[in-house]
Amino acid sequence: MSSWTVRVREFGLRNLPPERLLPDSQPAYMASAIYLFGALTIGALVTIIASGTILALKGPAWWHVQSIGHFFNSIHLWSVELFFFFMVIHLWGKFWMAAWRGGRARVWMTGAVAFVIAIPTAFTGYVSQQNFDSQWIATQGKDGMNSLGVGSFFNVLNVGQMYSYHIFLFPVLVIGIVSLHILLVRRHGIVPPIPLADSVADAAAK
Amino acid sequence: MFRGGRLTNAELNEAARHYDGPYRPYDIVKEVSVATGVVMLIAVILTILFSSPDLPPSTIASWSRSMPTDFVTTALSELDGTSETATYGPPYNHESGSVQQLAFIHLQQWLGVSHPVNAEYDLIIAPLRTIPDAPALQAAVTTYVHAPAKTQAAWTNAYSNALGKATEKQGGAVTVPAGSYGPVGPMMSSLLALAESGGLDGDLLTSKQFYQTDYTKPLLFLEDGSALDDRATYQHLQGTQWGMMNETGSYPGQVWLWLYTFWYQVQIGGLSTSPNVDAIVMAIMGVLSAAFILVPFLPGIRSIPRRIPVYKLIWRDWYSATGAPSKPPRTGDDAPALPSLRPTET
Repeated sequence: MSSWTVRVREFGLRNLPPERLLPDSQPAYMASAIYLFGALTIGALVTIIASGTILALKGPAWWHVQSIGHFFNSIHLWSVELFFFFMVIHLWGKFWMAAWRGGRARVWMTGAVAFVIAIPTAFTGYVSQQNFDSQWIATQGKDGMNSLGVGSFFNVLNVGQMYSYHIFLFPVLVIGIVSLHILLVRRHGIVPPIPLADSVADAAAK
Repeated sequence: MFRGGRLTNAELNEAARHYDGPYRPYDIVKEVSVATGVVMLIAVILTILFSSPDLPPSTIASWSRSMPTDFVTTALSELDGTSETATYGPPYNHESGSVQQLAFIHLQQWLGVSHPVNAEYDLIIAPLRTIPDAPALQAAVTTYVHAPAKTQAAWTNAYSNALGKATEKQGGAVTVPAGSYGPVGPMMSSLLALAESGGLDGDLLTSKQFYQTDYTKPLLFLEDGSALDDRATYQHLQGTQWGMMNETGSYPGQVWLWLYTFWYQVQIGGLSTSPNVDAIVMAIMGVLSAAFILVPFLPGIRSIPRRIPVYKLIWRDWYSATGAPSKPPRTGDDAPALPSLRPTET
């Protein structure tokens, strides 16, 4: 019996051989600008993590008191806006491609979950800002959380707890689900075009 | 077996498992690297052009100095138990003023009080007890605490009525006409002085430990007053202003929350004014989020891309190059195995 390590390695190689994980060719139908938005979403996520890491290195109050901190906070904010913008276009594009076809339902689902999880990730960032915006969002958001009992263990008025969620717990979830999404994309390949019904009918008649 | 006209979902699904057409060169590492560089460049340009908003927070000190009558009115509502915080319910106390439910599901109540806040004691009495060298004030607090509830109510009601005729003096003092307020008058004036000095901000954060990050008490107190509310209205952040997706100033906010805030604008069926509006909206969004994730399995929804053929635009080059498309997808036992993505192996 092979070791656990060998099994994991064989599982990985079987499902994601190197040429599939890092392909140097793609089906010829991948020739639309819509395909760029997945990569742009990843690029925005990298920018968010990089700017967020710099902000985390200096602590949550830094950006309020130093202009260089404010600069990186601004990059963090705009990269979040870009992240959602690119991701929404990416999701719409995949919807109109019916990209879940051919056993790719998990690809769609992990992408959708990434969007859903990104929302509380951003929310915890907004309530961690320590300015008027965070005061208002926290006091208003608490009612939504409390109404379903979530507020009993997720206190949006506790900036320490929100900061922990924002810089560690939610990012781990987002990075994890996005990584899984990318691996599934590589595993299954990009979805082929929807056959045009007319030509299918013609072909079937021959 | 293909019929004339449209394929079934099962046929479409099966057809998309295989591709044995041509490939083109692709550099995935280059694409992601360039995309990241482009996004970083755009973010830097937007930063240089627009920076980011950072309105200073409201403090109890700034609120009490700029709106002393509103502060005292709010403090009195904490003392007599009529404020939103005092009547909220779980997770702060055992009242029911802000308790919501979904039909027979009472999650807010079931999960109980996890962040106890006694508005009268935590926000008013305890801070007043921290004021040193004020024996008359401490005697007044003791008198209030030990008075019968009916007497307390008489004092606070009288003071509440008097606040309607209050005048604000330079320096932030609030003067009310003479009346039978018992110890409430000196308690309120001392609390106002404590708040204006900044001491109340610190007192409400005090806990058994030195370090503190939990702003539950000061934020609840602030929310009960008008300071946050007035600023939010000015910044277009109120719920009726689609505020959930707005940002201070003219910046884009959490635009992705548009569907959340949309439901708060719906007046049909009394949704926007329902006492359970938050629970209902959260439940609606929970269901819609689940549906969004499960789109591949939802009959009707998953067929929309076929019925509204945006895909013809997305793959227009492919369709025109291949004669739309060159061959029908094969299904069943004679379908080819999934080819490698490397063209040399297809």
